[in-house]
Amino acid sequence: MKTALTVENLSFAYGKKKALNHINFTLQSGECTVLLGPNGAGKSTLFSLITRLYDTHQGQIHLCGFDIKKQSRQALMRLGVVYQQTTLDIDLTVLQNLRYHLALHGISRKQGNKRIQEELERLNMYERRHEKIRQLNGGHKRRVEIARALLHNPSLLLLDEPTVGLDVPSRKSIVEHIHQLANNRALSVLWASHLIDEIYPEDQLLILHQGEIKASGSINHILLKTETDCISAAFYKLTQGAEK
Amino acid sequence: MIILHFWRVMWGIINRELLRFLNQKERFISALVRPLIWLFVFAAGFRAALGLAITPPYETYILYEVYITPGLVGMIQLFNGMQSSLSMVYDREMGSMRILMVCPLPRWFLLICKLIAGTVVSILQVYVFLAIAWFYEIQPPEIGYVYLFPALILSGLMLGALGLLLSSFIKQLENFAGVMNFVIFPMFFMSSALYPLWKMKESSLLLYNLALYNPFSQAVELIRFALYGQFNQYAFLVTLGAFIVFMLVAIWGYNPSKGMMVKKGGK
Repeated sequence: MKTALTVENLSFAYGKKKALNHINFTLQSGECTVLLGPNGAGKSTLFSLITRLYDTHQGQIHLCGFDIKKQSRQALMRLGVVYQQTTLDIDLTVLQNLRYHLALHGISRKQGNKRIQEELERLNMYERRHEKIRQLNGGHKRRVEIARALLHNPSLLLLDEPTVGLDVPSRKSIVEHIHQLANNRALSVLWASHLIDEIYPEDQLLILHQGEIKASGSINHILLKTETDCISAAFYKLTQGAEK
Repeated sequence: MIILHFWRVMWGIINRELLRFLNQKERFISALVRPLIWLFVFAAGFRAALGLAITPPYETYILYEVYITPGLVGMIQLFNGMQSSLSMVYDREMGSMRILMVCPLPRWFLLICKLIAGTVVSILQVYVFLAIAWFYEIQPPEIGYVYLFPALILSGLMLGALGLLLSSFIKQLENFAGVMNFVIFPMFFMSSALYPLWKMKESSLLLYNLALYNPFSQAVELIRFALYGQFNQYAFLVTLGAFIVFMLVAIWGYNPSKGMMVKKGGK
């Protein structure tokens, strides 16, 4: 199994306020890792550092072996991201949005059209490719964003609370789709969430609280470590319990 | 292969800006209405009040509408540069800027592409405006339209770079009103766009000096001379110099290790 992401001794602060404090973890390809943490835990900061929106001043991030700071081109080529807020251009069509993404990754129109068709068909969105994003509902916009993040065949997919604001059937279908992707494409997925019902039994967990990794590993490992019988109890013990 | 990647990114960004511009019909119309109101209403009203002596590049007495047209071309580019800056701040707040920033090419190159895309849109607006002005009997020599093109590229890049620079310093969309008050209006009114500098000198030496060193004045003069098939070297050098300075500061402002991204992001 290949290592998709390595985070070593990573710290980050907004002025004097520490957002991340010496965090370490690795992600393997083919695994879906759920990053759990309450609001303000540091999830978005971690994502901003991995996507190089912010610069790393302390610690290192390696994506498929490439240093995100020194070899950012090679690293970013292997990264797909779905942000919490929609990042699609609402005045453009599905196809125009996806083609823009392909251009940013230097993929030719011919090769790109094939990939667009594959990804959109997988998500039952190909028939709607000529519709403007403005006309789509929240669930469909999310599907387009997931398709877009996968167009350049990344090794690591980052998802920052992608199901926020969606109805139950849309949430269920997206969660299922992402887990299938991790299994079928040997893709490593890092999924930030605070919804425990989105976790599958085979998932890996990373529990982040107040900028520190409180626990990481398989669900069984964390349940054993916290001496609890369900994830919500373990999560409560590691976060709220830690504040007492 | 990597050159092809650079080219595809540049074309992708320009294409997106053009599609956005053509899809937002209101933006297209308002970009045209603004200078046309100045031309049809303001200039017509001021025609009687302002007498203009013969000064280069003009070889005869001209109507005020003729004088003001290069200034309005500059105005289109100034507003377009600020519009691009506004859309950068908007994109950053709404998140779509992140898609650009995770593109696996250097950030300076992405900013230059964004700048070129904005300039292409502004040039399109300028030629549509000049086509309408032609029917209003603002008819510079035909060769002027050809000479104008490179001048518009430089002035568009300079004003776009100023917009980029400002967007790297503006933290929130709400602060954009300040840019209107403190940048666009002073730059426009303290320039040779609406009145010749020698005329300004008669009323205020300070204002004359401010206008003389205003890069927007020089961009307007570059456009004015080009439109009449002439080359104004001083205006060219000032505009080029201002472009280089604005661009370097903007790149610094968007660098995640330095500049404003550090202040926004933390350490």
